[in-house]
Amino acid sequence: MEPSATLDTRQHPARLLIAGDWTLAHYTSLKRDSERLRDQYGADTIADLSQLGRLDTAGASLLAELLGAERLSRCTDELPEASRALLKTVYCSVQDYCIPIKEAEQPVLLQLLARIGCAVDTLWQDTRQLLGFVGLILATLATRLLQPHKWRVTPVVAHIEQTGLDAAPIVALLTFLVGAVVAFLGATVLADFGATVFTVDLVAFSFLREFAVLLTAILMAGRTASAFTAQLGSMKANEEIDAIRTLGLNPIELLVVPRVLALLIALPLLTFVAMVCGIVGGAVVCALSLDIPPAMFLSLLQSDIGVQHFLVGLLKAPFFAFLIAAIGCLEGFKVSGSAESVGAHTTSAVVQSIFVVIVLDAVAALFFMEMGW
Amino acid sequence: MSGAREAVIEARGLCNRFGSQSVHEQLDLDLYRGEILAVVGGSGSGKSVLLRSIVGLRRPNEGRVKVFGQDLATLNDDQRSQVERRFGVLFQKGALFSSLTVTENVALPLIEHAGLSRADAEHLAGVKLALAGLPISAADKYPASLSGGMIKRAALARALALDPDILFLDEPTAGLDPIGAAAFDQLILTLRDALGLSVFLITHDLDTLYTITDRVAVLSQKKVLVAGPLAEVERTDDPWIHEYFHGPRGRAAEQAAASAGQEH
Repeated sequence: MEPSATLDTRQHPARLLIAGDWTLAHYTSLKRDSERLRDQYGADTIADLSQLGRLDTAGASLLAELLGAERLSRCTDELPEASRALLKTVYCSVQDYCIPIKEAEQPVLLQLLARIGCAVDTLWQDTRQLLGFVGLILATLATRLLQPHKWRVTPVVAHIEQTGLDAAPIVALLTFLVGAVVAFLGATVLADFGATVFTVDLVAFSFLREFAVLLTAILMAGRTASAFTAQLGSMKANEEIDAIRTLGLNPIELLVVPRVLALLIALPLLTFVAMVCGIVGGAVVCALSLDIPPAMFLSLLQSDIGVQHFLVGLLKAPFFAFLIAAIGCLEGFKVSGSAESVGAHTTSAVVQSIFVVIVLDAVAALFFMEMGW
Repeated sequence: MSGAREAVIEARGLCNRFGSQSVHEQLDLDLYRGEILAVVGGSGSGKSVLLRSIVGLRRPNEGRVKVFGQDLATLNDDQRSQVERRFGVLFQKGALFSSLTVTENVALPLIEHAGLSRADAEHLAGVKLALAGLPISAADKYPASLSGGMIKRAALARALALDPDILFLDEPTAGLDPIGAAAFDQLILTLRDALGLSVFLITHDLDTLYTITDRVAVLSQKKVLVAGPLAEVERTDDPWIHEYFHGPRGRAAEQAAASAGQEH
């Protein structure tokens, strides 16, 4: 039955007729009606609920707001026991409940300044935390290094498989393609000077010193830092990390050190794979479009490129690995409760580790150049 | 009770297996309109799995479940959604959406299904929260900052949001203080009487069993061992049931319920 609330003013005192099904399905129209009526009747108006059909909690709350607890308690006698109990339960709980008033918004300029301040503070805190965390990992590593019987080999190997072996195909494919692209670029530019043969040097130089380790590190930042954050973050959200602490175990030693060690081993190996694949990519382009056969490519490589370039590239890998793992794990520990927080910190881990890798690489490039290595 | 009761849920020949491990074999269970049915059983006896198969979150390996006379598995998405709107489910851990505030959690089904405006929905959500006994200060908080008992209450408010016909409660009073648990029982009873709800209740709380349930189904040995009014179930000749109802806790709860009954 269509619900309604009508005010009958022909009688005195006026009667408020409540009829029909007061249910959720009619909530919007009933709310409109009752808001319109609210100002129109006085304290002496009698509510008539005898025509009331079905009633649910939504309808009961509307009635409670429309009539008020006191009037409602006077006019429910003719209702069935069950509806009366529902009305009573609802108005008792609604009585002391009102939606809290939201705080007024601050002016935009103030908000802008507040957010800038907040961001600067976060940056400072993040840096401090990261340095502290790096120190913590190093300290734990150092103490454990002296106790070989406490080494946790199994988790380290498992993480090497996940972060190293499983990533090898994607690293190999990407660096092969980038190697080919660099060779094409070199060929196009150097052809103007008739020096296409130096494409070999270009590919080998760039891959050994920079590209292999940088590309691998960026891939690892995207693939592994995010995985570490999500793993530790959901453990944190599930109170597993607190459980480890209360069992008297050290989460750094149990969770972080194996991951850091695994990446310390996996990233240099992947870097080597990346160097080989990048140079092979260059060699394929040279052979196909520059008439430099692989044998000549190899002999040029041997005569022109010193081993120090290979070492310079490889030297950076452990530093990148350590920072990527540390940032991934630290962001995981920062997760609080919600699923949204896991997402936010995973994003933050990837952004931070890529940022750190590139900054460190630039600093290293300057350093090596000044040193003449 | 009369024999011509209308069953809102009929489970017939239900089998649930996880790999080689079988949880239910040929399980039959009915939930009648307007009753509060408690499902009890030892840990790992498949109470939650039964709930999941009934609400359609898990497709049973064999057998079928009819809800309001319709088999959920055979319905198309629209019809299924229509039936599912008549369910209210309170999960064991609350399952509140962690990225929404408590009020938004309750308002979500009101906006999506009842078509209310955001302001109306949040207002009504406030009423439901008050009904579930959640303090007003918690309404704008995120689930992560609530205590276990408050999460239960907020989740109940969400389960009640659409005034469902069937309420599924998975251990609703676990983790509540005794005062809160008693109020919770009373609320379920009031709502059942007023709205004609049918309640499917999984519980370990003996006080709840003695105060509000109409029928008790004992889940044991992969099927419903016995289902009926509490007095009948208690008398069943089975060692587990005997231990359950006549152990020290069972006796205490029975006495408490009996003395509370005398006072009224």
